[in-house]
Amino acid sequence: MEYHKLVIIGGGPAGLAAAVSAYDAGVRDLLILERDERLGGILNQCIHNGFGLHTFQEELTGPEYADRYVQMVLERQIPYQLRTIVADISPTRQILAVSQAQGAVTIQAGAIILAMGCRERPRGALGLPGYRPAGIYTAGTAQRLMNMEGQMVGKEVVILGSGDIGLIMARRMTLEGAKVKVVAELQPYSGGLKRNIVQCLDDYDIPLKLSHTVTQIHGKDRVTGITISQVDVNRVPIPGSEEYYACDTLLLSCGLLPENELSKSAGVSLSRITGGPEVSDKLETSVPGVFACGNVLHVHDLVDYVSEEAARAGRNAADFLTNGAETAEHVTQLRGENGVRYTVPQRLDIAHMEDSVTVRFRVADVYRGKNLVVYYDDKQVKKQKKRILAPGEMEQVVLTRQSFQGLEPVREIRICLED
Amino acid sequence: METRELTCIQCPIGCTLTVTIDGDAVHVTGNSCPRGEAYGKKEVTAPTRTVTSTARVRGGKLPRVSVKTRTDIPKEAIFPVMKAIRALDLEAPIQIGQTVLPDAAGTGVDIIATKSVEKE
Repeated sequence: MEYHKLVIIGGGPAGLAAAVSAYDAGVRDLLILERDERLGGILNQCIHNGFGLHTFQEELTGPEYADRYVQMVLERQIPYQLRTIVADISPTRQILAVSQAQGAVTIQAGAIILAMGCRERPRGALGLPGYRPAGIYTAGTAQRLMNMEGQMVGKEVVILGSGDIGLIMARRMTLEGAKVKVVAELQPYSGGLKRNIVQCLDDYDIPLKLSHTVTQIHGKDRVTGITISQVDVNRVPIPGSEEYYACDTLLLSCGLLPENELSKSAGVSLSRITGGPEVSDKLETSVPGVFACGNVLHVHDLVDYVSEEAARAGRNAADFLTNGAETAEHVTQLRGENGVRYTVPQRLDIAHMEDSVTVRFRVADVYRGKNLVVYYDDKQVKKQKKRILAPGEMEQVVLTRQSFQGLEPVREIRICLED
Repeated sequence: METRELTCIQCPIGCTLTVTIDGDAVHVTGNSCPRGEAYGKKEVTAPTRTVTSTARVRGGKLPRVSVKTRTDIPKEAIFPVMKAIRALDLEAPIQIGQTVLPDAAGTGVDIIATKSVEKE
């Protein structure tokens, strides 16, 4: 059986940054497995700009951001295998990798970093009524067809969901000559970044209808039109509010789901809220030696945060390979409350933590003028006034090791919103 | 006198700006910081954007190469620049950062490749 100290599943932004930092922390026997024909993952099709402001202090397009990390991987001569699908991971860190070039190969790994990214919520998961004609795409599929393969997917478009990919595609299709008639969003707020609403919709006078959803898809062979309706506070369509839009294409931008089939086969326990693994402050999953980072862990808003998180996973995997598993004498649980939907990580080993740990989370609704409060058991240790919090933007708090001095053992850390 | 409502995109707060234009005088209200004022003024006097798209490539491992304007261009030049990009017919190999069209649509701004496309 093939053996590698560290195997990284996925060669997108998370996998690349994890590989670079593990290498820089001394790991030399490592391998990246990537199913596509090139490294870089989803960034290759994200041709718009706005990436890298935090990481490189300049505004890059997706392919340019990916290239920076690909070059770092090449400079270090980190081995990678393309066109390779990982079919299974066992709880003992055995990986079944399948490729046309090598057939089915079993690899024993000393440590694994999960960096498989996420998938889009498909039509089947949305419960949309109507026929099943051609012309219905997830926004990311349309993005791939247009930007990678040069195929125009439609001329008259309705978009359901105002996630960032949907907004980006509204502009992209408009620039290529399509007419985007409306973006309908079920929630009373957009899940996309503000700058995308302004630069992708407002710039081209594309209407955004909040609290609206698709209530009929028309057309048998190809989409001929879409009916959208307003919804009430319970998200139930309001009779009489139907509006018909003639169009040939419906794009869906209704959320991303971490892709964790392999994590499940490895026995990794998953969070019901994020859909990703539950991890420690080392980004280690419930299976020793298996780490997770990027969108497979929780869906990020900015790739810069993915890179930062993945670098931490790489360092910690290197540390695991050198020093073995640390036995935590005491595990502190982290919990989001009162509008804080979840936290990543979900647990913290104060005795072995780095000098500081970044805890990331998302909120459940749009909140104005709330305080973001952190409790160590019953003791309030942080209180920060927030002018605005929105589900589309990831939030973070930094916990320092020093802040726990004299308080140990802390049973639970709570992060919540208060008036 | 003209009044326009804008959403500031300098930070996630997204203040609603009211910009009044009175001849040469531009006045911004609704902002909560100086960056909002600067954004509001620029948006009504000289708005600019970076344009990103793809161009056709022959003989490459990919049929399209992603491209962008090297710097921001005036907003009203977006569609003329898109037309110029659509007319491109490039030959592989293409290097990331390479100029694929100088002075797009008379803007004085080059179109550059944002990824490399190797020969097939």
